[in-house]
Amino acid sequence: MRNLWRFISNYNAFFLFLIFEVASLVIYIKNNSYQRAGFINSANNVAGGFYEKINGLYAYLSLKDVNDSLARENAHLRNLLKTSYYVDTVTRQKVSDTVYNQQYEYIVARVINNSVNRANNYLTINKGSKQGIATGMGVICSKGIVGKVIFVSDHFALVQSLLHKDSQFSAMLASTKEIGSLAWGEDMDPHKAVLKEVSNNAQPKLGEWVVTSGYSLFPEGIPIGKISSLRIKGGGYSLNMGITLSVDFSKLEYVNVVYNKFAKEQNALEAQQKKDE
Amino acid sequence: MSKSILINLLRFVVLVFIQVFLLKNISLYNLSTPYLYILFILLLPFDIPNWLLFPIAFITGLTIDAFYDTPGLHAAASVVLAFVRILFIGITVQKDGFDNEPEPTLSNMGLRWFFTYILTLTLVHHFFVFSMESFNLAGIQYTIGRFLLSSLFTIILILISGLIFFRRKERK
Repeated sequence: MRNLWRFISNYNAFFLFLIFEVASLVIYIKNNSYQRAGFINSANNVAGGFYEKINGLYAYLSLKDVNDSLARENAHLRNLLKTSYYVDTVTRQKVSDTVYNQQYEYIVARVINNSVNRANNYLTINKGSKQGIATGMGVICSKGIVGKVIFVSDHFALVQSLLHKDSQFSAMLASTKEIGSLAWGEDMDPHKAVLKEVSNNAQPKLGEWVVTSGYSLFPEGIPIGKISSLRIKGGGYSLNMGITLSVDFSKLEYVNVVYNKFAKEQNALEAQQKKDE
Repeated sequence: MSKSILINLLRFVVLVFIQVFLLKNISLYNLSTPYLYILFILLLPFDIPNWLLFPIAFITGLTIDAFYDTPGLHAAASVVLAFVRILFIGITVQKDGFDNEPEPTLSNMGLRWFFTYILTLTLVHHFFVFSMESFNLAGIQYTIGRFLLSSLFTIILILISGLIFFRRKERK
């Protein structure tokens, strides 16, 4: 016992240090929630670190199984994707054109196939006869005209783009309403078209808007493009001019199919006249 | 003896006052925060008994803690400081010199000893404070940076105060 006392008094600095250090640490940890949490955390850091290392090893061994299951899950999820579903709701917007007392309806469709760099370009849209689309309808988009429907299936329709050798639409100069006929240019540039057969009296200016005339599939006044060059060919009865198209055909995404309510009647009437000739 | 008590009491009050009302508001780039109050523990007389030194250090730390809202942190650091002080003095100072040089001040002990003394003890104390304060290894570079810069700041302040109260004295 005496030896113990002597030992303690010899090393009294250390024992006093221990007593006061423990006291202050107890105060510290009791009073600071962060250190209290941190104490447990730092203990966990060590154990957690080991667990993580071991887990990394296990994970490496089971890579193949994980890979297979991920691929399966991917396929499953892809099946659930919105794009793999067919959207069968149809949006129709009605536009009353009171001046011509004519009614157009627009059917929204998404372009699911498109080309711009061939001699004859077509695009496929995801609406078909079930949604009311018929052959011969015009197709426009927010920036201008796109083409016309040439084939229809139940759920899809094939659109002959403006960028097609046989495409020809009635157009006019926006300011003077001089009528011409719009076709794709010979140099197959997807941004250029040609306005032909404009009357000699017209005085087109560079940069002037060319719009639809209302005589063909489209309502009047839908923009087509701006005059980019005036080519007076041969000095005949008509003027030809180059047009920069306002629609970027390579970036088409959503289009509106124009449903002209009186198209059938008009066609029937005109067909009768042809028959008569 | 009573003079020594009075001087130390005064020193305690002044240093705590400076620490709490001046240095607490000083922080260079949020990195360097000096803890000048340790000077009080450093300058306690050589012959102070251990049973008195530890409570004094503990109470000093608690006083600072009361103002810093970190109960226990500076108390623990000060107790560590007191312990290291005992070890350091036990190693470097002969016991029979106590009568003539009652306090480990710059003027009593000379620059070399004094500088080593404050360097060692400040580093230990600050290391303890900053490591206990952050209490994890995540921001270790930041903690070490704060520790080193704060130690530098504290040491400079202690040296300045040592020079201010420097009394030229005949050394034996």
